[in-house]
Amino acid sequence: MKLIIAIIQPHKLEEVKKELYKADVNLITVSEVLGHGKQKGVTEVYRGVKETGNLLRKIRLEIAVNENFIKPTVDAIIKGARTGKIGDGKIFILDLPECIRIRTGEKGGDAIG
Amino acid sequence: MNSGDTAFVLISAGLVMLMTPGLAFFYGGMVRRKNVLGVLMQCFIVLCVLSLQWVLFGYSLSFSPGNGPIGSLDWAGLRGVGLEPYPDYAATIPHQAFMIFQAMFAIITPALIIGAFAERMKFSAFLVFTVLWATFVYDPVCHWVWGTGGWLKNLGALDFAGGTVVHINAGIAAIVTILIIGRRKNYENKPVPPHNLPFTVLGAGILWFGWFGFNAGSALAANGIAANAFVVTNTAAAAAGLSWAILEWFINGKPTIFGTVTGAVAGLVAITPGAGFVGVMSAILIGFSASIICFIAVGLIKPKLGYDDSLDAFGVHGIGGIWGSLACGLFASKLINPAGANGLFFGNPKQFLVQLITVCITIVYTFAMTFIIFKLVDLTIGVRVTESDETMGLDLTQHREGAYTLLE
Repeated sequence: MKLIIAIIQPHKLEEVKKELYKADVNLITVSEVLGHGKQKGVTEVYRGVKETGNLLRKIRLEIAVNENFIKPTVDAIIKGARTGKIGDGKIFILDLPECIRIRTGEKGGDAIG
Repeated sequence: MNSGDTAFVLISAGLVMLMTPGLAFFYGGMVRRKNVLGVLMQCFIVLCVLSLQWVLFGYSLSFSPGNGPIGSLDWAGLRGVGLEPYPDYAATIPHQAFMIFQAMFAIITPALIIGAFAERMKFSAFLVFTVLWATFVYDPVCHWVWGTGGWLKNLGALDFAGGTVVHINAGIAAIVTILIIGRRKNYENKPVPPHNLPFTVLGAGILWFGWFGFNAGSALAANGIAANAFVVTNTAAAAAGLSWAILEWFINGKPTIFGTVTGAVAGLVAITPGAGFVGVMSAILIGFSASIICFIAVGLIKPKLGYDDSLDAFGVHGIGGIWGSLACGLFASKLINPAGANGLFFGNPKQFLVQLITVCITIVYTFAMTFIIFKLVDLTIGVRVTESDETMGLDLTQHREGAYTLLE
C-alpha cells in the first residue's frame, strides 16, 4: 500500500479529478495549502508597501492506493495537472503500513478501495 | 425652493450612491475568490472616475438644453449650475441637488456592465472603456429620455427612474461586451460556484435599500408620487423575490437564497421605469412576471445559447429593464400620476407603442455604439487579460493584492 501526496495548481483540480475518475480512482482527500518552489511566489503591494515572496495557493491531494493502482493514479495526476510551466507541482509516494476502514473495521488492502 | 424637497433629494442621492458599493458586494460574492478584489475595485473606481466625468462634462452633455440627440458643453465644469432651482427639471430644489442626484445614476449604470465581463477584463482597458461608454452612450441616451429637448422625451416615452437609461442601456452593453470578450477560460455552460454568497445577499440588501432613493427620489420632491414610488418599489421587489424562490422550488426542488435575491433585484429593475406611474396591484404583477421572464433568460436560454454572461448583467438588467419599460406602457395610470399617461390596460394602446419604440431605439443605439467603443479599446489596449493572468486571478495580476489569507 502507498500513500500518494500530490501538490498541484488550484485551477488544475477539476482536470485532475476528471482524469482520476477515468482511471477508476474515486477516493481522494483534498486540502488547500500554501507554498512555493522555484517560482518564489508573488509580489503583493499593500498601501504602497511591497511584499515579495508571498506564498501561492496550491492544492494538496492525498490518495491511498494498492500496488496495482500506483501507476494509473500517478499518470492521471500528471495528465490532469501538467501545463509544462513552472509551478505545476510535485507528487510524493510514501509507504503506507496500515489502513483501517472506520465503519467496518476492515484492514489493509481491502480497506483502501 | 422647498427645504423638505431639497433634504429628500440630497438624502436620495446618498442612497443611490450606496448602491454602487452594494453592487460591488452583490457581484463580488458571485465570483471566484481570486477575482473578488478585481470586481470590488472596478465598481469602486467607477465611483471615482465618473464622479469627475460628471461634473466636468457628463452632466452638461446629458442635461444642458442642447438639441435632440445630445446636450451642449455650456454647463461644463458646472458653469451656470448653481444653487437656485432649474425649473425645467426640478422647480423646488437647488440645481446642484438635481445634478448630484443624477450623478449617482451615471455612476451605477456603467458599474452594472461589470457583471458581464467579470473575471477576465484588463483593468486599464476597463477604465478607458468606462469613460468612453459613459460619454458616448450613457450621456446621449440620458439626454434623449430626460434632457430638455431630448427627442424621446418629446415623443412621450415614460421612464420614471431609469428603465431605459440605466437598465436597458447597461444590459445591452453587457451582451455586446460578452460577444467581443468571449467566454471565461474553461467555462462549460454551467455557473461557476460563487465564492461568498453572504456577500451577494448583503449586496442585494444594500441595493434594495438604495433603490428607495433611486425610485422615490426620482419624484424630485417629498410628495405623494415619491410615496407611491417607494411603495411599488418595495412591493415589486418582494413579489419578484418570492416568485423566483417558488419557481426554483417547483423546477429544481429547493428554493435558494441566491435565486431569491436575484429575483428581488429583477423586480427592482422591472419596477424602475413605472415606479411613478403604476399602482400597487400592477407592481405585484410586474414583479411576479419579471422573475418568470428573467428566470427563463438566465436559467434556460443562457445555457442553451452558451454565452458567458458571468453575473447575469444582461439576463437581469437587460431583460428586466426591457420588460419593465414595456410593462410601464401596459400598467401606467393617470389615476396614480396625472402628469404621466395611461397605458394599454387603461385604454391607451399608443403608450405601449411609444414604449416599444423607445426600447428598440435604445437597444439599437447602445448595441452599435458599445460595439464600436469596446472593439476600439480591444484593438488598441486589448480588453482581455492574458491566459496566465486569468488563471492566477485578477486580484494578484491586476492589483497585486489578495482578498483572503489562509494563514494568519
